[in-house]
Amino acid sequence: MSVIKKIFWFYVDGFRNMTLGRQLWIIILLKLFILFAILRLFFFPDFLKSRFKNDADRSDYVIEQITQTKSNNND
Amino acid sequence: MIDHFDVGLVDWSRAQFALTAIYHWLFVPLTLGLSFIIAIMESIYVKTGDEFWKKTTKFWMTIFGINFAIGVATGIILEFQFGTNWSNYSWFVGDIFGAPLAIEGIMAFFLESTFIAVMFFGWDKVSKKFHLTATWLTAIGSNLSAIWILIANAWMQNPVGMHFNPDMARNEMQNFWEIILSTTAVYKFLHTITQAYVLSSIVVIGISAWYLLKNRNVLMAKKSIIIAAAFGLVASINMIGSGDNSARDVAKTQPLKFAGMEALYVGQEKAPLVAVGALSNKEQEEYRRKNFVFKIEIPSALSYMVYLSPDGFIPGIKDLIEGDKERGILSFREKVEKGTVAVEALKELKKSKGVDEGKYRRLKSNFEDQAWLGEYFRYFGYGYFRDQSPDVVIPNVSLLFYSFHLMVGLGFLFVIFLAAFLLLGVQNKLENKKWLLWLAILMVPLPYIASEAGWILAEVGRQPWVIQDILPTMAAVSKISTGSVQITFWMFVVVFTGLLIAELKIMFKQIKLGPNKGGH
Repeated sequence: MSVIKKIFWFYVDGFRNMTLGRQLWIIILLKLFILFAILRLFFFPDFLKSRFKNDADRSDYVIEQITQTKSNNND
Repeated sequence: MIDHFDVGLVDWSRAQFALTAIYHWLFVPLTLGLSFIIAIMESIYVKTGDEFWKKTTKFWMTIFGINFAIGVATGIILEFQFGTNWSNYSWFVGDIFGAPLAIEGIMAFFLESTFIAVMFFGWDKVSKKFHLTATWLTAIGSNLSAIWILIANAWMQNPVGMHFNPDMARNEMQNFWEIILSTTAVYKFLHTITQAYVLSSIVVIGISAWYLLKNRNVLMAKKSIIIAAAFGLVASINMIGSGDNSARDVAKTQPLKFAGMEALYVGQEKAPLVAVGALSNKEQEEYRRKNFVFKIEIPSALSYMVYLSPDGFIPGIKDLIEGDKERGILSFREKVEKGTVAVEALKELKKSKGVDEGKYRRLKSNFEDQAWLGEYFRYFGYGYFRDQSPDVVIPNVSLLFYSFHLMVGLGFLFVIFLAAFLLLGVQNKLENKKWLLWLAILMVPLPYIASEAGWILAEVGRQPWVIQDILPTMAAVSKISTGSVQITFWMFVVVFTGLLIAELKIMFKQIKLGPNKGGH
């Protein structure tokens, strides 16, 4: 049996024979779903990537933000 | 200059980050320490061939597995927050933060998909030695994985080894070794992992004590106590040593934090260390000073802690705000002036780019001149505080004082506790000392409290900075709606509390089942 097949069946057997592990895997998968499919997708977009096309625009924006004074702030 | 920042947004973003970090840190330390305790037990099994050690190893591995499964990926939420809530910060720190986190992610992936799988699936399928190697590599790997995030955090406390690129408004890594071997990073890593080992040892002792009280799995409990107490005692001595070095480093790199830890307002030579004390709730007008209601001091101990000599001068908050030319301490106002020069230089550089090439080149040359960077850019963040009261850079003294003293007090208690349990365990005198076994169970939450107090000290003590002296927390936050941060804050409360309840429920069930009936 090739090494890859051996590794494959090692994992398959391991998952099959789990008892408590099944419960833990359900928690892990549910957690990953909440994190990536709900929180990441709907609540945590990358602020700069979603608003600007390239790094030059992003850096311009950040420089403007971190050097902004009260007098030139119109927000 | 800071008036245009939304304080509510900053506070909610901070609260969300603190909540996530505190919950995340409830899971991490047990993984770091328990992995080594398991590896030690399995080494005894491989050496002796005694099946008792295999059973013992497998039981603690189950506890490790529960904690690992519940805690894994909870730290990813912090990375989500960097991109969404803290975009100015994420951009500004550039690859200095990104590179260590990427290394951590890759290491964690390979660790979790290979060595942990061998640990749990490999019993009787791979050789004993191969299995043991996987267990040790899991322990070493998970601890190495923790290095990177701690290096990134240390850089926020003591930014070194970088070059600021003014065109991109990003810090670029200039000297990798200076960043990873900075004294702040080294002591932070050592202090953090050793306290994690102490926490894990106390958890193992607490669970074992419960078995002894119930007169179940007595041999496993006794042997586990000896191993955990020996491991924990060595770790606790190193924890005190690395903590001492860390405090010395803070005195040098973050003197206001250090003064706050001791509520020291007026500097002095032969400065005493407050062993026990309580601060008044009433704030004085000058620098929001809080006087002691009572205190017990150790003469000259604070000076000794910093200089290893009782005569050294420790600056207080007043000295650090008003400055002291004789001692080379810059005042708040002097730093504000220097910071303002740096902020204005960056602003003018951006304006002149493509418009006035001569001016642009002259300003750019400043950002390439090490002397100018050390003189002005080092205080960049103070440029935000012109027209502000100096109070703005004074951290929350009460919180620092109590966090520091609680952490240190508990740290010394752990040394005594672990030494006592090792001695009594080796002498086989624990079984009938019910009060001591109950004490061991009651001790379990204390290292968690000490550990979180340490993080509060590190993070609250750095305020108002997100990067010490260079970027204030207020300037680091993204312009997003406060409402969305509030919503996700409460979502995290629900998710994390759910995970914590799940962990405790599954863990208590497995502990009740014990090594003979538990799952894997």
